[in-house]
Amino acid sequence: MSDKISFVRTEMLEQKAPPASTTGFVGWARANLFNGIGNSVLTLLSIYCVYYVLSGLIPWLVSPTWKAESLTQCREMIAAAGKHGHLACWGVVRERFIQLLFGFYPPEGYWRVILALVIVGAGLAPVLFDKAPRKLLIVTALFPFIVPFLLWGGLIWPYVGVLLGFVVGYFVLKYAADALGDLLALIAGVVSAFVWWIFLSGPIMGAIGSVLPIGLEFVESRSFGGLMLALTIGLTAILGSLPLGIVLALGRQSDLLIVKALCVGFIEFIRGVPLITLLFVASTLLNIFLPPSMEFDIIVRVIIMVTLFSAAYMAEVVRGGLAALPKGQYEAADALGLDYWKAQRLIIMPQALKISIPGIVSTFIGVFKDTTLVSVIGLLDPLGLSNAIRADQAWNGIVWELYGLIGVLFFVFCFSMSRYSMYLERKLQTGHK
Amino acid sequence: MSELSERTIDRSNMQVSDEVAIQINQMNKWYGQFHVLRDIDLTVQRGERIVIAGPSGSGKSTLIRCINRLEEHQQGQIIVDGTELTSDLKNIDKIRSEVGMCFQHFNLFPHLTILENCTLAPIWVRNTPKKEAEEIAMHFLEKVKIPEQANKYPGMLSGGQQQRVAIARSLCMKPRIMLFDEPTSALDPEMIKEVLDTMIELAEEGMTMLCVTHEMGFAREVANRVIFMDAGQIVEQNEPEEFFNNPQSERTKLFLSQILGH
Ligand SMILES: Nc1ncnc2c1ncn2[C@@H]1O[C@H](COP(=O)(O)OP(=O)(O)O)[C@@H](O)[C@H]1O
Ligand SMILES: [Mg+2]
Repeated sequence: MSDKISFVRTEMLEQKAPPASTTGFVGWARANLFNGIGNSVLTLLSIYCVYYVLSGLIPWLVSPTWKAESLTQCREMIAAAGKHGHLACWGVVRERFIQLLFGFYPPEGYWRVILALVIVGAGLAPVLFDKAPRKLLIVTALFPFIVPFLLWGGLIWPYVGVLLGFVVGYFVLKYAADALGDLLALIAGVVSAFVWWIFLSGPIMGAIGSVLPIGLEFVESRSFGGLMLALTIGLTAILGSLPLGIVLALGRQSDLLIVKALCVGFIEFIRGVPLITLLFVASTLLNIFLPPSMEFDIIVRVIIMVTLFSAAYMAEVVRGGLAALPKGQYEAADALGLDYWKAQRLIIMPQALKISIPGIVSTFIGVFKDTTLVSVIGLLDPLGLSNAIRADQAWNGIVWELYGLIGVLFFVFCFSMSRYSMYLERKLQTGHK
Repeated sequence: MSELSERTIDRSNMQVSDEVAIQINQMNKWYGQFHVLRDIDLTVQRGERIVIAGPSGSGKSTLIRCINRLEEHQQGQIIVDGTELTSDLKNIDKIRSEVGMCFQHFNLFPHLTILENCTLAPIWVRNTPKKEAEEIAMHFLEKVKIPEQANKYPGMLSGGQQQRVAIARSLCMKPRIMLFDEPTSALDPEMIKEVLDTMIELAEEGMTMLCVTHEMGFAREVANRVIFMDAGQIVEQNEPEEFFNNPQSERTKLFLSQILGH
């Protein structure tokens, strides 16, 4: 018996290549596309669908109409080229592409818009990627003041005044903290910043401005338009809604009854009202209620509304992340002696935000796409512009080319955000679950 | 019951001093209508190693969680290191930084490395410079015998290793009192010993310890006092010898017969 069971290998086996039918394209196709009759049928059906769409789309895209100056010319060029059927009319893209990007911003100021975008990119880099140089954090701190100056222009001093308000508040907070305790110092800081903004900044910066008139040519909000307008509103709302949403989510969990009631009321009210309504409030109602001296720029009003709107959604997304954290994390932080704010900042928020990344980015994408709603109140975002372009005799009747282009522009931004969130999730993955 | 102490325990530093570490007077606590802790009186001297035992739901966790104010008591007094626990936040912070706590489920911070878990509180609560905090952390990680894991994340460690990290994390705050809430209950049998060994070493250094645990071997060998709780009350307390060999109350006898299995 025993000599049947016992076995000793005398020669070790060399490594062999796997059988050809499981590797390469053939193996891959067999495993993924044609494994079984049902799958083969589905694969063939899908191939047919893709073919059907492309066979319609590609001829439409390949259309010799780049140079056309109007829809009629497009049709003539198509006929002259001996083609027939419905083909794209690209002349409108050549003629109006710049306008779709910049709206009616004065062309000699395009560099300001581009520079602003570059500065925003530089400011966001250290927040988004930890490989970016840390020195860029200076840009991060300053871009909220530089970018509006670049976009709207005028004298530089009012923007400096706004910036100085934060500086004043910060120093009051820092030096009062020892004497007054954290909460009182915070209040003192906020109050002194507002005192500066409301009473001091105007006269002082005005006086400096009359001596040193440094600035850029002023550009009215009415000339903002196109992708640049969508980005101005969208990016500001995105950047503003996250911190505001975090504060609201924390407020909603607070033990302080008034704080909690305010936050819940705000969130539920905003979520219960369509964005369009809020935009109409921004565009018309505010004008009626606010005294004329307090009227402010339409774009600023829209930005505030969109930011508040997305902050309410953000608050709920963040609350979901907070709820998913085990209670033990709070207890461990407490037991180590961390106070509420430190525990939130170091333990709770990093984990809650990490859990909420997919929801946060979905909200970001939603906000960015919702900026197209401002066309309803007459702002010329890309969609609003496309209507304006179609109102032009020469291009009356063009639909797909413009919407397609706008779709591509938005897709680029939304898809980048989506990819970034996946990169971030992978980067923050620690340990196995 | 796991076998411990293949090694002999060094008792030279295990001395109970006259100084009072924790004083609890007539303390009561309710969860809503439920009277979870009833008339608790307990005095813990510095250097004591107390094991708290009792059936599940008897209020053991609630009692030790009251000592660092993870739970609030409604009546009576708790005085830790001469500071009374009131709603005054200053007192609570002071006490929490002097009392270390280990949980059944470790509660390590999964988004931070082992080293960062250990340096977090010293840096942010004690304002220790980062370099120094890291040295302290490495010292205690060596003590619990896992310095080589310092840069891993908690999710990559075994349960026993995680609990030892949790102990090291508490020790980095240089606490004078350590609370343990069933530190080995969530562990596989082969990992229980490594955690108990760590706790024994702490005891050998003279740490004041309150442990909720079902490890009766540990209670016999290390504790100087065993407290038996049932239905929110302290039913019996005694030296381990007496407690195990000569229990007085019927409830204690029943509990011991169940847990010791005879
Ligand atoms: N947060 C809470 N709310 C209400 N009841 C609780 C809460 N925590 C614990 N209890 C109850 O209090 C009793 C004591 O719990 P606990 O101290 O955890 O017991 P032990 O640790 O001895 O098992 C149990 O009956 C439990 O159901
Ligand atoms: Mg318990």
